[in-house]
Amino acid sequence: MRVDAGSDNGVVSANGDSRFRGNDTESGDSSGRKKLSRPALVLIALGVAALVSIALFMTLDAKGSWSFVLSFRGKKLLSLVLVAYSVAVSTVLFQTVTNNRILTPSIMGFDALYVLIKTAVVFFFGVSALVSIDSQIQFVVELFVMVGFSFLLFRWLFLGEERSLHLLVLVGIVFGILFRSLSQLMQRMLDPGAFNVLQDTLFASFATTDPTLLGIATVIVVLTSFVGWRLMHTYDVLSLGRAQAINLGVDYKRTVAVILVLVAILVSVSTALVGPVTFFGLLVATLAHSLIGNSKHRYVLPAAVLLGVIALVGGQTLLERVFAFDTALSIIIEFLGGLVFIVLVLRRSAR
Amino acid sequence: MIITSDISKSYGESTVVDGVSLSLPKGGITSIIGPNGAGKSTLLSMVSRLMAMDKGSVTVDGLDVSKTPGDVLARRLSILRQDNHMTARLTVHDLVSFGRYPYSKGRLNADDKVHIDEAIGYLDLTALSGRFLDELSGGQRQRAFVAMVLCQDTDYVLLDEPLNNLDMKHAMGMMKLLQRAASELGKTVVLVLHDINFASWYSDHIVAMKHGKVAAQGPVGEMIKPDVLSSIYEMDIAVHEIAGQRISVYYG
Repeated sequence: MRVDAGSDNGVVSANGDSRFRGNDTESGDSSGRKKLSRPALVLIALGVAALVSIALFMTLDAKGSWSFVLSFRGKKLLSLVLVAYSVAVSTVLFQTVTNNRILTPSIMGFDALYVLIKTAVVFFFGVSALVSIDSQIQFVVELFVMVGFSFLLFRWLFLGEERSLHLLVLVGIVFGILFRSLSQLMQRMLDPGAFNVLQDTLFASFATTDPTLLGIATVIVVLTSFVGWRLMHTYDVLSLGRAQAINLGVDYKRTVAVILVLVAILVSVSTALVGPVTFFGLLVATLAHSLIGNSKHRYVLPAAVLLGVIALVGGQTLLERVFAFDTALSIIIEFLGGLVFIVLVLRRSAR
Repeated sequence: MIITSDISKSYGESTVVDGVSLSLPKGGITSIIGPNGAGKSTLLSMVSRLMAMDKGSVTVDGLDVSKTPGDVLARRLSILRQDNHMTARLTVHDLVSFGRYPYSKGRLNADDKVHIDEAIGYLDLTALSGRFLDELSGGQRQRAFVAMVLCQDTDYVLLDEPLNNLDMKHAMGMMKLLQRAASELGKTVVLVLHDINFASWYSDHIVAMKHGKVAAQGPVGEMIKPDVLSSIYEMDIAVHEIAGQRISVYYG
């Protein structure tokens, strides 16, 4: 014991400025009670902001019959909330499982994969496949293909031995470009009529969400959340990295595989509803982590979802009602998210 | 007792661990030494199931590590690697609490809390328990991780180069602490060490590896000898007895 006490003093006196930092954080700690409730405070504030955005979204500028306005806007609201939820949860979980804070499923090109699958269907089976088959059944089939493909890729990338983050970023960017180029190639070879139909289904955005898939998307999100909820206790352990997770007895391969499937499903849902958004997930996940201040998933996950709702619902309200813009939200969100991405990359390389 | 029977691991053409059969005694401190690339860390990773072996098997008290459920093993054996990079932002207390995960799956009970406080006290981290890991010095961080592993309360504690990045004082403190954990708490400590003098001074048993194989093993008295060490490291190493301990001199 005495030896350790001595060695502790050794550390403090060894680097003098660590003593200052020590005092600093300790005085911060004396208000430690407040610090403890910081995540709770953040969550309450975010919850209120999210509710306000939702209320404004539903009521601002409402003219004519309320029942029409509410059901019309309600559908839109539901899709925005579903997207916010899917993107936030999938990004946070993906970052936890891969033990990084820069990569997200969309940066790894996974929404591009969804577009590719959709394009390939039209390319190989003709536009009639897209039009004649019920869009919900289509969606479920696409979901299976997407989960299958992304699972193979994820498996190869994340379940073997550990790989460097640089390799992953590189692989992700290369795959993203590959998927996008393949889709573009096929789209160019389609006849113009088929291309128009395809473009229609792909050009969902925050302002014009695809309402036909709302029901099935809701069911899928609820089911995935249920599975995700049951794995809740493993998330914090997984964020310690592969070696620590295995050391602490997590069935690593199985758990990570299940989580990656959940991520793939959520990415598909959000891409189906509003199309690809590259940096939105990164934006909400990064903000959630820095607002909450620690890495406990029981705080970070809800915070990310609430931030997503605020950004999408609040942002859409602001742009649609206040500035009377229609499609600019994705641009603004991508712009902010892109900035965050650059800052993260620069900070990482500075270290 | 940890028994490895004929375990091997290769990366492509190069064989890193080549048919190692070992039995590590229960109790005390066992050090694994050897030149760079001898396969020490790989061996430790396979014993602790962090890495799958290509061939052979490892048992810990009769439990086959590649077949036993992870959480059962996590209550028997813990491993700490040298590189503990992680993105999670945690306080010392949070980190040490994870040591109880194999028992409570994240819902800490009163018994867990006692263990956590004990482990934090044992490594003299009580004053730092509310601090975030990224605010600590390298030595303090290392101690926090060791506290987590001790909090896991396993019979076997495996450490891969625990003295890396520690200055002399902290390295000595760490070894004393491990010695104490072995004698007071009855742990079996297995560690990979680079400094043969630390191995000589603090361990009960030494395993030397070279080219993926066990070159020699035995108690300190048999291992820290000029001829044994010279052939392992392929250099001249003199051994002097100082204060009843064998100290190797290999400078110049």
